Amino acid sequence: MHDLLEAFRLVAAPDVLVAILASAIYGLVVGSLPGLSATMATALLVPVTFWLSPIAAIATIITASAMAIFSGDIPGCLLRIPGTPASAAYTDEAYAMTRKGQAEMALGAGLWFSAIGGIVGTLSLVLMAPLLAEMALSFSTYEYFWLAFLGLMCATLVARSSPIKAIASMLLGLLISCIGMENPAGTPRFTFGLTDLLGGIEPIPALVGVFAVSEVMRAMVTAEPPKLPKRKFGSILANQWMLTKKYQWPMWRGNIIGIIIGVLPGAGADMAAWVSYAMSKRFSKEPEKFGTGHPEGLVEAGASNNASLASGWVPSLLFGIPGDTITAIAIGVLYMKGLNPGPTLFTERASSMYALYIIFIIANIIMIPLGIMMIRAASVILRAPRAGVMPVIILLCAVGSYATGNNLFAVVLVGLFGMLGFVMEKNGYPVAALVLGIVMGSMVEQSFITSLIKSDGDVMPFFERPVSAVLAALTFSALLWPVGVWIWNRIRHPRLPAGGATG
Amino acid sequence: MMTLPRRTLLGSAAGLIAAPALAQPKWPNRPVQMLCPWAAGGGTDAVARILAVLLEKDLGQPFNVVNRTGGSGVVGHTAIAQAAADGYTIGTITSEICMLHWQGLTELTYRNYTPLGLMNSDAPGIQVNASAPYQDVKSLADAIKASAPGKLKASGTGQGGIWHLALAGWLNAMGLKADHVRWVPTNGAAPAMQDLVAGGLDFTTCSVPEARAMLDAGRARSLAVMAPARIGAFPNIPTLKEAMGVDYAVGAIRVVAAPAGLPADLVAAIAPALKRAYDTKEYQDFMNSRGFGLVYGDAAGAEKALAAADLSLGNAMKAAGLAKA
Repeated sequence: MHDLLEAFRLVAAPDVLVAILASAIYGLVVGSLPGLSATMATALLVPVTFWLSPIAAIATIITASAMAIFSGDIPGCLLRIPGTPASAAYTDEAYAMTRKGQAEMALGAGLWFSAIGGIVGTLSLVLMAPLLAEMALSFSTYEYFWLAFLGLMCATLVARSSPIKAIASMLLGLLISCIGMENPAGTPRFTFGLTDLLGGIEPIPALVGVFAVSEVMRAMVTAEPPKLPKRKFGSILANQWMLTKKYQWPMWRGNIIGIIIGVLPGAGADMAAWVSYAMSKRFSKEPEKFGTGHPEGLVEAGASNNASLASGWVPSLLFGIPGDTITAIAIGVLYMKGLNPGPTLFTERASSMYALYIIFIIANIIMIPLGIMMIRAASVILRAPRAGVMPVIILLCAVGSYATGNNLFAVVLVGLFGMLGFVMEKNGYPVAALVLGIVMGSMVEQSFITSLIKSDGDVMPFFERPVSAVLAALTFSALLWPVGVWIWNRIRHPRLPAGGATG
Repeated sequence: MMTLPRRTLLGSAAGLIAAPALAQPKWPNRPVQMLCPWAAGGGTDAVARILAVLLEKDLGQPFNVVNRTGGSGVVGHTAIAQAAADGYTIGTITSEICMLHWQGLTELTYRNYTPLGLMNSDAPGIQVNASAPYQDVKSLADAIKASAPGKLKASGTGQGGIWHLALAGWLNAMGLKADHVRWVPTNGAAPAMQDLVAGGLDFTTCSVPEARAMLDAGRARSLAVMAPARIGAFPNIPTLKEAMGVDYAVGAIRVVAAPAGLPADLVAAIAPALKRAYDTKEYQDFMNSRGFGLVYGDAAGAEKALAAADLSLGNAMKAAGLAKA
């Protein structure tokens, strides 16, 4: 109790409150710029934390990363440019809602369910940190392999096109993820002697290209759509309570999946969003509506990626193992400020720990008013003429991709992926599956190869270990389920007329 | 202000030859760019940024850290080497510059730079699971010698990374083949430490600060460091020489450098500024809090450290079969 009061005193210090507010606004702005990820927002804060008190320093990191993950939804929804890889999973859905004139509902859902996910994730951190950390530590490369493989299978679930085309896109993504020398053998592959390709293809330029640049190209070849009926931008939160009640079960599922995936080191908000969106579609009563501007998937995935952000701190705080790139940076700051990660942080520095929890909750609460202001400011874009918006998008894409590494090659990549995305979409290949392949490819390969090296080429450990056996069973049932359904349908209704597009 | 047009000329080769003849303006009289070949948020970036802050305070001109990432460090290292040698573009070069050329991935070596100061060196440790039977490095070494080749597994970073070479060098120093212990490539030290605790590995050779949280949590034990002397932040961990009499030391070094051919008077201006930054309480506190190894070398000392690293890493890579013939 004394520790809790002390924690409130620590957080209520003026410098901490100012740090929270300033980093909240900073995180919202950086996250909403295409190409600038939440990781980038956090990394740029590190030199600032040199001068801050320990609690204020951690507060800036927590607040800025939570805000940036949410505000990554804004350009995705309004312009079809995912601000962060974590929002790429449902960018198409949110953009479809905007075109239906429901931008406020889509953005409101992103905001409301991000905040809920963040708070639920924090509660999991408070209540179950030691338990979750033990679970994370029992995961070896065998389990990671199945997890990443399950992630890849989401490709066929999230896409609206035929499963064959979705798988083809995903395989192309896997091929792209083979480029470079960041592979288990440390050997350059497909680099054609180009230095720039040695490090491989980063997901950010790829996804900015396939989503945003291809959208601009499509706008250039189609006639200007009829103007949206002039009307006031509606209330942002009005419908959210209705959505919360209607989609209560998907929301909780999203929270729980986000927490579990976030706790596992190396699997962060991106994977949580993909898996949750796919789950949502798989278990929805109306899966045919997905992709046409249906909020159900946004609810689940929006909650999931923010829940994973909070639970990602569990292995970082207990063992100094980063749950994702953001917590990797945060661990450095923790050490710098003398809050060394480890079990002692929870016992000897309990008041600091409670202060961290309180900051998490505050950050997710002030996200709502600040987010509403941000959405209102950003919605001006919807009224701007298309001829004015499109060049600005291209400019933002170029600047954002350059900023990640100050390397012109990233800008070239954005252009190339834009063309690839344009051609793929013209022919009905889903670009989301391509991005999924690029994001997951190295994890599938790395965990598979290192597992085989450890077992001297024996595949049995993939099935012998209890957790990996469960994951393997899940994977195979998910793989064989559609085949079973197909055979069943063939037997019962021979010559089913074509066209009944299933997921 | 009269010197402005002259300095633009300095960028060209002709200007460089003429430079010593001209009276050098006091360095720095405009902002200095500090290139970092690794991404924002990592260890090299953190060291570069604290240095930039301290140099700016000391010299009164902005020092801007620019992350030039890509190509596994090749892009940024190339950018430093190819910049104008006018003292207004410097950068941090890391041990990788002594490794990449052996693999045939770049033509660049440390000779393409003017080293200005060795700012940090991190030594690899040897970490085992807390429940492992090895109480000291000698018993682990005996177990390695007694094991069949490839039976024991170790990790710490990717294939051919600095900690892999540390393992290869250590095995060589014990008279074993470099691949006697099988290397499990991982994506950095953190996943390796996790797998060590999860029971998937026999030991790791990442740096001690990278293993620190698991050591503090009582999940892992560090048996020795491959350094010439014990590390300040971890005084209880013996060196290899103390623990088993094998004199092998290696480290991941960070050197502030300028492009080759930096005029001597600029070296004389920049190197002491780096020394002053190194000696500040802020730098010492920062490095100690992060667990980074405090090792300093002046311009000549940095060059010596790079030459030594180039030789020993090259030998380790050849022994491990990672170098191109």
